[in-house]
Amino acid sequence: MQILEGEKVTKYFGGLAAVSNVDFYVGQGEVVGLIGPNGAGKTTLFNLISASLVPKPGVIKFKGKNITGKKPHKICRMGIARTFQTVKIFTNMPVLQNVLAGSFFGTSPGMSSADAAREASESLEFVGLSDMAALPARDLTLANQKRLEVARAMATRPELLLLDELMAGLNATEITEGMELVKKIRDKGITIVMIEHVMKAIMNVCDRIIVLHHGEKIAEGTPQEIATSKKVIEVYLGE
Amino acid sequence: MNITRFTSKGFLIPGLISLVILIALVTLPFYGSLYNVIMVTSILMYIILTVSWVLFSGPTGYMSLATAAFFGIGIYASAIFLPNTGAILPLLVVVVIGGLVSSLVALGVGALTLRLRGIYFAIFTFGLVVLILELGNWWEHTVTHTRGRFVMLVDNDVIFYIMLAIFVLLMLTTYLIRRSKFGLAMRSIGENEEAAAHIGVNVTMVKVITFAISAFFMGAAGVIWATKLTYVDPYVAFNPLFSFMPVLMAIFGGMGQIYGPVIGAVIFAYLQEKLQTEFPYYYMLIFGFVLVAAILYLPDGLIGLIQKLWRLIRRWRKGGAAKQDANT
Amino acid sequence: MPESIVTIMDVAIGGLLLGGIYALIAMGLSLQYGVARVLNISHGEFIMLGAFSTFTLYTVVGINPLICLAIVGPIAFIIGFLLQRTLFTQLRTSAPNPGAFEASSLLATFGLMYVIQGIALQIWGADYRAYTYLNFGVDLGGAIFSANKLVILGFAIGIGVAFYIFLARTHMGKGIRSAAQDPTTASLMGVNINRVLALCFGFGAAMAGLAGVLYSMRIPLNPAMGLQYTLIAIIIIVLGGLGSIPGAFIGGLILGIIGEIVTYIDPSLSLAAYYFIFMLLLLVRPKGIFGK
Ligand SMILES: Nc1ncnc2c1ncn2[C@@H]1O[C@H](COP(=O)(O)OP(=O)(O)OP(=O)(O)O)[C@@H](O)[C@H]1O
Ligand SMILES: [Mg+2]
Repeated sequence: MQILEGEKVTKYFGGLAAVSNVDFYVGQGEVVGLIGPNGAGKTTLFNLISASLVPKPGVIKFKGKNITGKKPHKICRMGIARTFQTVKIFTNMPVLQNVLAGSFFGTSPGMSSADAAREASESLEFVGLSDMAALPARDLTLANQKRLEVARAMATRPELLLLDELMAGLNATEITEGMELVKKIRDKGITIVMIEHVMKAIMNVCDRIIVLHHGEKIAEGTPQEIATSKKVIEVYLGE
Repeated sequence: MNITRFTSKGFLIPGLISLVILIALVTLPFYGSLYNVIMVTSILMYIILTVSWVLFSGPTGYMSLATAAFFGIGIYASAIFLPNTGAILPLLVVVVIGGLVSSLVALGVGALTLRLRGIYFAIFTFGLVVLILELGNWWEHTVTHTRGRFVMLVDNDVIFYIMLAIFVLLMLTTYLIRRSKFGLAMRSIGENEEAAAHIGVNVTMVKVITFAISAFFMGAAGVIWATKLTYVDPYVAFNPLFSFMPVLMAIFGGMGQIYGPVIGAVIFAYLQEKLQTEFPYYYMLIFGFVLVAAILYLPDGLIGLIQKLWRLIRRWRKGGAAKQDANT
Repeated sequence: MPESIVTIMDVAIGGLLLGGIYALIAMGLSLQYGVARVLNISHGEFIMLGAFSTFTLYTVVGINPLICLAIVGPIAFIIGFLLQRTLFTQLRTSAPNPGAFEASSLLATFGLMYVIQGIALQIWGADYRAYTYLNFGVDLGGAIFSANKLVILGFAIGIGVAFYIFLARTHMGKGIRSAAQDPTTASLMGVNINRVLALCFGFGAAMAGLAGVLYSMRIPLNPAMGLQYTLIAIIIIVLGGLGSIPGAFIGGLILGIIGEIVTYIDPSLSLAAYYFIFMLLLLVRPKGIFGK
């Protein structure tokens, strides 16, 4: 069984089809890359999966269960966590409290404060931010803010993690570290879908890639296949 | 680390100060004049409105202007169940009823409107006050043919103690919520609502429940305030001023700390009472100027100003010490 | 002419008149909120000031209320202009973000409302005042209307349309409109944003002042009369879409007509009816009827 499936997923903004009739699946344990030019509808697809938006029409299934139309917090507690293209951390809270909020509210039956605190510390440790636990989140560098967002998502104990442009705005070293982090998450058995413009990262860590263009899925395959696909190259060069 | 446990040092001093203030308040009727008791009662009323306003609007960032509606519902509950012809229900029961009815209205309104962002929410909640005011007026004019109602007389000490009890209950509630998981949920909503939802915070429920809790205290305070007013009509009960005052008092005091709004309310309420009695003709003018000046020059409130001064003094002293070091 | 038709005409003219006044007030507030981002709670106080000034100028000095338009308008403009230049510019520069500015400016205008009302109370006292001007009947095809009604209607609509043409056609008007749409781009394109904001605030205050001059011919005046017009103007600009000038104009006319009909049924219900419509609309279409 696939962990995530979408059937004919569509979203209009006024007359604009931001996502149009997209069928997709994500297998358990996979790392799937989602690419496409600016405005292709990638973030919108994430918003649909994580229930910020509701597809119309279309159906989204998680572990075989129809989750279309559920509330975002429910989706999170079912095991789908996400990060945002522009970081949305709680800037005026300490780093640890950001993550604590994730473990407190994001896990399904809920946790005792002791468990939540332990989970939060572990998540921080996992992304390598333990030293900065007490700092206000706004004092972190962009790279660390992105790590914090990952830690907060991880603290909700997801089975599926959606990463929206984790590498955007980072320098070469930070990108390498980011790739390591993604692999580490995968090795924990968490399924990943990542939107990325940094091709090196996509090619390096993804098992499979889905390409969107003008809201439509135009290609899908292994990194090798995508890199040599004429259609994909045309779309990118045509921009 | 555990956020629900507080260190003894950080707890002892504020705890002691609170205790001293509480004892001073509880014994006030024994040493204070009647005038003092009445004055402190109205200051407590303003504190209750301000702190319960901050309870919801502070962490979530939704500027509610519905305070006058909830307060007014309490006032009207008083007018209906405690008429001067004889109480229909016991006073304390009415206090609870006023609070509960306000909460219920808040639940309904909150469920409908808390998806409105920013200024729309402020406008809507303010509209609610005027709508209830006008409907109340119409009802009194054309249905019951009454022009105002009289509320039964209650002993000033009793009014004072009930107001004090509501105040203490509110402070405890605020304190506990701030330290709880629920408080963390509220703060994350205020920081970033979308992110909060995606890490599992039931955003709508948290907002609506907090809105209802804050409305409870406003309504309860309205019930007991009405017995002080004795005469009630829709203009008195749903005076839009009570929607704006809590906001101004909270800003005046500073919202960062739990005691900021309290201090703001104390000073503001005192100022208002004094101005109203000593300069009845210039009251509006002076009060307006103070409002504008407070917003212009105290953006972080009095507490913010004090903190800033404190930092300045420390830096100045450090600077002085450094200079002395250099001289020796 | 049959009785019922006369009644309908009377309600229609009354509705248009009220609508014309509302349209002026709402266009004024729309400029202040739509462009300068100040939800001006003291907007109605400028109506009150305009009305009282006319009262004094007419009853004491003997100046024709229609000439008062030319006196009150510019003065209100200057007051509004200076307020934006001092108070709101200061608040804007010290606010950490636009949301904080909206909140603090709203509260500041609440204080301003007190200041203006306090001043009016000193000058004119708390009692109701009124005067009569052009209060004779005019025969329009068999139905009799009071002359001042028709004059107010004509001037209100005239001023509204003239202002709209000013926005649509003149250079300054275009600057204002582009600033309303997108302040950052406008300032990049060389529009002096601070001047535009001050102009908007000034024009907004002037519209309120003019509405006050006109409406003072028909209503009793009192220093506390302003707030209800502020509230009505807020309703209208939300109905019309925050910041949309034509929306404010049309919304004002519509609300005026609704108001006159409700008043015909039960006068004490009109404000409640406005709010009911308003809240319903806010829930169904939070961006307003004409909002995008
Ligand atoms: N809330 C919204 N309302 C209206 N239009 C929207 C909204 N969100 C996205 N769009 C539009 O939908 C289209 C797809 O946007 P989306 O953000 O999904 O693109 P993307 O693939 O993530 O692009 P990028 O690489 O720039 O992040 C764009 O044309 C965008 O303008
Ligand atoms: Mg995107």
